[in-house]
Amino acid sequence: MASQPHTLQHHFEDLEQQFESSSLGMWTFLVTEILFFGGLFTGYLVYRTRFPEAFHLGSSLLDVQLGAVNTAVLICSSLTMALAVYWAQKGDKNKIVLFLSLTIALGAVFLGIKAVEYSHKFHHHLLPGNGFTFEGPFSDQVRIFISFYFTMTGMHAFHMIIGIGLMIYLIVRARQGWYSSEYNTPVEMVGLYWHFVDIVWIYLFPLLYLIGRH
Amino acid sequence: MGTAVFNPREDQLAESTNGSTKNYLNAGFSAKSWLLTIDHKRIAILYLLSITFFFFIGGIFALLIRLELLTPQGDLMQAETYNKMFTMHGMVMIFFFLIPSIPAVLGNFLIPLMIGAKDLAFPRLNLLSWYIYFIGGLFTLAAIVFGGVDTGWTFYTPYSSTYSNTNVILAAVGVFVSGFSSILTGLNFLVTIHKMRAPGLTWFRLPLFVWAHYATSIIQVLGTPVVAITLVLVGLERFFHIGIFDPKLGGDPLLFQHLFWFYSHPAVYIMILPAMGVVSEIVTCFAKKKIFGYSFIAFSSIAIAVLGFLVWGHHMFTSGQSNYASLVFSFLSFLVAIPSAIKVFNWTATLYKGSVSYQAPMLYAIGFIGLFTIGGLTGIFLGTLAVDVHVHDTYFVVAHFHYIMVGGAIMGYLGGMHFWWPKITGRLYPEGWARFSALVIFVGFHLTFFPQFIVGYLGMPRRYHVYPDEFQILNVLSTAGATILGIGYLIPLIYFLWSLRYGKKSSRNPWNAKGLEWEQASSPPIKQNFEVTPVVIEDAYEYQPKVWLK
Amino acid sequence: MDKGFQLFPEQASTLAGQVDALYFYLVAVSVFFSILIFFLIYLFAVKYRRRSEDEVPKEIPGLLKLELVWSIIPLMLTMVAFAWGATLYFDSYNPPDNALEIYVVGKQWMWHIQHPTGQREINELHVPLGQPVKLTMTTEDVIHSFYIPAFRLKKDVVPGRYTTMFFEATKPGEYHLFCAEYCGTKHSKMIGKVVVQEPAEYQNWLSGGTSNEPLEVIGEKKFQQFACHTCHVDKPNARGPSLVGVYGKPVRLQDGRSVLVDEEYIRESILNPNAKTAAGYKPVMPTFKGQVSEVGILQITAYIKSLATDGSN
Repeated sequence: MASQPHTLQHHFEDLEQQFESSSLGMWTFLVTEILFFGGLFTGYLVYRTRFPEAFHLGSSLLDVQLGAVNTAVLICSSLTMALAVYWAQKGDKNKIVLFLSLTIALGAVFLGIKAVEYSHKFHHHLLPGNGFTFEGPFSDQVRIFISFYFTMTGMHAFHMIIGIGLMIYLIVRARQGWYSSEYNTPVEMVGLYWHFVDIVWIYLFPLLYLIGRH
Repeated sequence: MGTAVFNPREDQLAESTNGSTKNYLNAGFSAKSWLLTIDHKRIAILYLLSITFFFFIGGIFALLIRLELLTPQGDLMQAETYNKMFTMHGMVMIFFFLIPSIPAVLGNFLIPLMIGAKDLAFPRLNLLSWYIYFIGGLFTLAAIVFGGVDTGWTFYTPYSSTYSNTNVILAAVGVFVSGFSSILTGLNFLVTIHKMRAPGLTWFRLPLFVWAHYATSIIQVLGTPVVAITLVLVGLERFFHIGIFDPKLGGDPLLFQHLFWFYSHPAVYIMILPAMGVVSEIVTCFAKKKIFGYSFIAFSSIAIAVLGFLVWGHHMFTSGQSNYASLVFSFLSFLVAIPSAIKVFNWTATLYKGSVSYQAPMLYAIGFIGLFTIGGLTGIFLGTLAVDVHVHDTYFVVAHFHYIMVGGAIMGYLGGMHFWWPKITGRLYPEGWARFSALVIFVGFHLTFFPQFIVGYLGMPRRYHVYPDEFQILNVLSTAGATILGIGYLIPLIYFLWSLRYGKKSSRNPWNAKGLEWEQASSPPIKQNFEVTPVVIEDAYEYQPKVWLK
Repeated sequence: MDKGFQLFPEQASTLAGQVDALYFYLVAVSVFFSILIFFLIYLFAVKYRRRSEDEVPKEIPGLLKLELVWSIIPLMLTMVAFAWGATLYFDSYNPPDNALEIYVVGKQWMWHIQHPTGQREINELHVPLGQPVKLTMTTEDVIHSFYIPAFRLKKDVVPGRYTTMFFEATKPGEYHLFCAEYCGTKHSKMIGKVVVQEPAEYQNWLSGGTSNEPLEVIGEKKFQQFACHTCHVDKPNARGPSLVGVYGKPVRLQDGRSVLVDEEYIRESILNPNAKTAAGYKPVMPTFKGQVSEVGILQITAYIKSLATDGSN
């Protein structure tokens, strides 16, 4: 792989066509992700409507402070990501690396807090599936709620890990001087992806953590 | 039977031998140049090889099924084995043959050529799509080899999530992975068609093949992610027992059906729309006349894609879903039939006052129109609530979908392969043998599947290993037909391979067809498709030369 | 049941003839359009065959009127099928109130059928001629489907809930019963027969054979066996609500909602008691999941239904 900045690919007429194609491609990909998570949200909707008390109870078992901190962390990481894109457009190598690193750090904080939350749940035998025990009413349906909690936040965390991987790649390339005002498409595209992952969490947090809270 | 029935014009032949002999096929012979290619044409060939392989795997399962069904008793294999046969037949044929076939082979090869582009928007993603498909195929082959799967291709819960003791997760992973191939191909096509059309090529000058693939790509991109997450949930349920499909915990088996069919109904349009695109191209060329009702055919493809997402519940009329839901789904299902009818009428009208010739591609296209008409009409039966209650889960449904998928999609695929074979390989296939096999396939097909309508209405359920004696005669007819059909599919395999070495070399445009791929690219094309980027100044299919007034 | 070669199954229910009529309408429409298309293609292919390589046919511009005609006419024909099919569908999936109730429980790989008077059958369903019969069905394990081709009827049986269908048999005889939803190894062996008998013969059959207790008597025994009667007594300050006369009427729940006491509600209350606790009572009822089978639940339900009529417990 050459260590020079990427220029016009052979099959495009000009950089504008190349950038527009990348952009349309990433937006289309994000639509597929909406449909992918959509299946989970549909299942959640069905069961919340069917078992409102169990979902209310299950939600109260989650740690809303940690969830709120995570929400703030992710929103900040979207800010740092947006700044990384801004500096990529300006071509400032050091600032790109700085803000991407901050975004990764915040992402890691998010994942760390999630790991803490998960281990709390495991401690209390609130597992997704076999081994689940709950001394309370509606335990079967609380089990379904907890399954949704783990599946949805787990799928989200998986997407975050991929996002972090992409940002590490961007840092490597940024340090090689690949991004400038002329060419910064990959940074902007990963930015779009990261904002999407953030938005998914914005939906997950109230739906999972804030049922019935005042 | 080696001579073509028509003679390409001498000046066209001379053109191909005088011109440069460097093309995409001989630009590198190493395995690396093929396995690491980013040329959409080579990737199309990679897909061609792999889907042909899976077609024959799925075909072997079909033959074994039909052999077992020759007699009412289960004397060829045990029930567990039979249940794996029909499951794996369906899974392989749908996910590893039909869904990729036309888009991944013909779409990949032709779309850049048809729109005057050098490649798709994301060539490396295109290669990745093939590898993803290949890996998905490996998982599915593993599921087959290490004991099989017996859930039916539809994976209904709780049988698949709790009760079956076969390789469900392995098979689900295979299908899940291959789904991403489908999504990425669709994404690639959408961006390509939006952004990479040659100068002058407006949307309503696009070939209908491109419109068809645009509509197909919309479905692939929106629908496939839903089946992906559904399979993840089945896997999680099976492995961890998360409970969302387990009625004992309050889980709902019908939720699975809704999620599954939300994709799998539009999936059938993924399988048929590209074939309709092929038929549009063939009919207009072999009637030598601009297709009748161009914009209606183009819009009908989009209408099918949109409406196709609204009808999934017609697979669930007897499932216990609300009667009112069934009512709505039935109504919408009738609506989605109309755009297909519009296409059939427009293709027929194209022949009116045309100049019609019957080379093999046209025979396949006409075969498609006939068989798709029957298949589509029997869909109306299934959309009719009270009739569906009787024939749901019987051989009537099996006959219906095979008319569409085999009589329709596969005929379309073979027609397209014959039509564009000279462009892809630079060789002509033997016309006599091609017409013969079209006939064998047509006859074999009817004999295989028409009796199934009858035995289905009589009440023979599908997925039955043994059946009451009175259904035997119809089953025997069906198996006889399947044998003929199998032979019909082997013949093209042989002569296509033969033609690569011994087939007559083709001119640039042996069919005198309109279209950038025929008029501006050589047969086979050069690596970058065009010497000069084409500029489009006329509508599609302008067979009648326009008189330019001063 | 060897009937020789047939093209259509026998018509043995009030619905069968109607479904066949609709089917013939669809066949007629299909044959018409198939022949039309085949004929036109053949005609055009022959009449307009290419006679010389140089001929150039004239382009025929599109005709909006034609497109509308051949869109609207098929649409109208399909709307007829829609309305007709919907009407028949609602009829067969909406049983009348006076129907004879029979219970069906599917399990891998057999059908367990329970008549209200106590008669039990495996893979056979005896029904009287000329009387509406309502089947209330469920399954112990996976999804199956109860299919009677001669009646043109099937309905899936789904674990965790009841599904119903109804028919009125019109012709005495024996007819195929099939499972029509793939359910594992012996799916194609999960078959049997439906026996339609003249009413007198059916009564004979009901009372003949090994003496069977009526469903509600068995249900009462189970009610005692599981100690239901210790909480559900017809006394003030009882731990559980009295069940006398509750069936078929609405009950007010703890959260203010009102639900109908039907089979579904009783089943849910036995398996998942605190989902819909009756107003004024504590949610202390234990679950009987895993202790009582689907058949047992139906028997207990029959008993509770019987309390509506004679008022004793």
